[in-house]
Amino acid sequence: MAFSQDEVLAGLAEIVNDETGIATESVQMDKSFTDDLDIDSISMMTIVVNAEDKFGVKIPDEEVKNLITVGDAVNFIVAAQG
Amino acid sequence: MAGKIVVTGLGATTPLGGDVESTWNALLAGESGISTLEQEWVARYEIPVTFAGQAKVKAADVLTPQECKRLDPSSQFALIAGREAWKDANITDVAPERVAVEFSTGIGGVWTLLDAFDTLKEKGPRRVLPMTVPMLMPNGPAVAIGMDIAARGGVRTAVSACASSTEALANAIDRLRTGEVDVVVAGGSEAAIHPLPISAFASMHALSKRNDDPASASRPYDVSRDGFVMGEGAGALVIETEEHALARGAKIYAELVSGAVTSDAHHITAPDPEGTGAARAVVRALEHGGVAATEITHINAHATSTPVGDIAEYTALKRVFGDHLDSIAVSATKSSTGHLLGGAGAIEAIFTVLAVQKRIAPPTINVDNQDPLIPVDVVREPRDLGAAPVTAMSNSFGFGGHNAVVIIRSYEG
Repeated sequence: MAFSQDEVLAGLAEIVNDETGIATESVQMDKSFTDDLDIDSISMMTIVVNAEDKFGVKIPDEEVKNLITVGDAVNFIVAAQG
Repeated sequence: MAGKIVVTGLGATTPLGGDVESTWNALLAGESGISTLEQEWVARYEIPVTFAGQAKVKAADVLTPQECKRLDPSSQFALIAGREAWKDANITDVAPERVAVEFSTGIGGVWTLLDAFDTLKEKGPRRVLPMTVPMLMPNGPAVAIGMDIAARGGVRTAVSACASSTEALANAIDRLRTGEVDVVVAGGSEAAIHPLPISAFASMHALSKRNDDPASASRPYDVSRDGFVMGEGAGALVIETEEHALARGAKIYAELVSGAVTSDAHHITAPDPEGTGAARAVVRALEHGGVAATEITHINAHATSTPVGDIAEYTALKRVFGDHLDSIAVSATKSSTGHLLGGAGAIEAIFTVLAVQKRIAPPTINVDNQDPLIPVDVVREPRDLGAAPVTAMSNSFGFGGHNAVVIIRSYEG
């Protein structure tokens, strides 16, 4: 069963909150991981790995640098569910 | 830098309490911090030793979830103790370049390392978290403190098993003597109450197996002692030059007179039975501080409660002090705290600082029948050390043949 965009956003927000303490409501589609949420590369990799586990997708390392905003990550995960 | 070096801040989290005050009060009350381990892994792995000195206050109750997530338990304890010491010292205006950290661990981030290996085996390399290396590295506890207080004068980690944090104090003195820094946060931390280290120490017959009576298992100098008891936690001391402390109107606990480090090159784990290396450390510390052996009136001994270790330390002390040893009040505080390994020297230095400041030697519990081979004057109840200034010594020895000694004296302006 595929996750909807809203479900992926909510799940990703929980992962971000768990890793960084950032409030889930701050994790919005248009927010940049680095510029808005101040998430460093080590936290980003942890978030990616946890997201792979939660949503059952693969996010290749070379793809991670393209995930600038939360929306980029949500859209990638939704599409990757195949 | 020829002036005095003084202690101006203390911090600790130990099996007796979550801070210095509660730890010291429990120590004076003769409490034991040792208890049965309730963790499920004790039964799962049939761990032969089922008790330890667990931190009285859990780190998760003090730090934020994110701090806990990014720090190994050894660094969590370090951060708690370091923050308490820094706050206690009340240093509000110092150049970060003039602040250093000398903070030890004996074993390092063993929880992180072994949890990560479990993850690798169960879920593969992709799931090994990117924070694994910075969390398991042995300089992690020192860095946790250094980043928290913005210490930019050098952050270092002496690793010498159970002598580690006394060596850190000796190194801190050296840093201040160079004149490169004015303040050092020194100490050590350990969080190794994990099935692997317990099994490993047990298999070398280093641990007490008194599973039916944990509170009396750590019994230095008693004839029925059968090994040490693992403890966890951290101790941190803020030390600075007297000049710097006076200029900022700091409260001064005590003078850190001198320290010394030697090595046995005898055996990887067994102490030199003649106590030669340990005695040399004591003599060097006395020489460095310009202290006569007869000035020492209180010793916080290493005294881990192992059959051979307690005797080897006595032999070393007798070698240096001779008949004067009878006039020295000896406290073996591991009887209450257990053995914090890389954190032991730090909390025992804190006890020694408080002893010379308050003129009270802390008690040694569980000495029901003192070993006739160790005829020292064991402090069994809190003892008044008299109104005059007290000069005391704290000893630590570690696997690898490490010997470290510091001398601490009542501060007189």
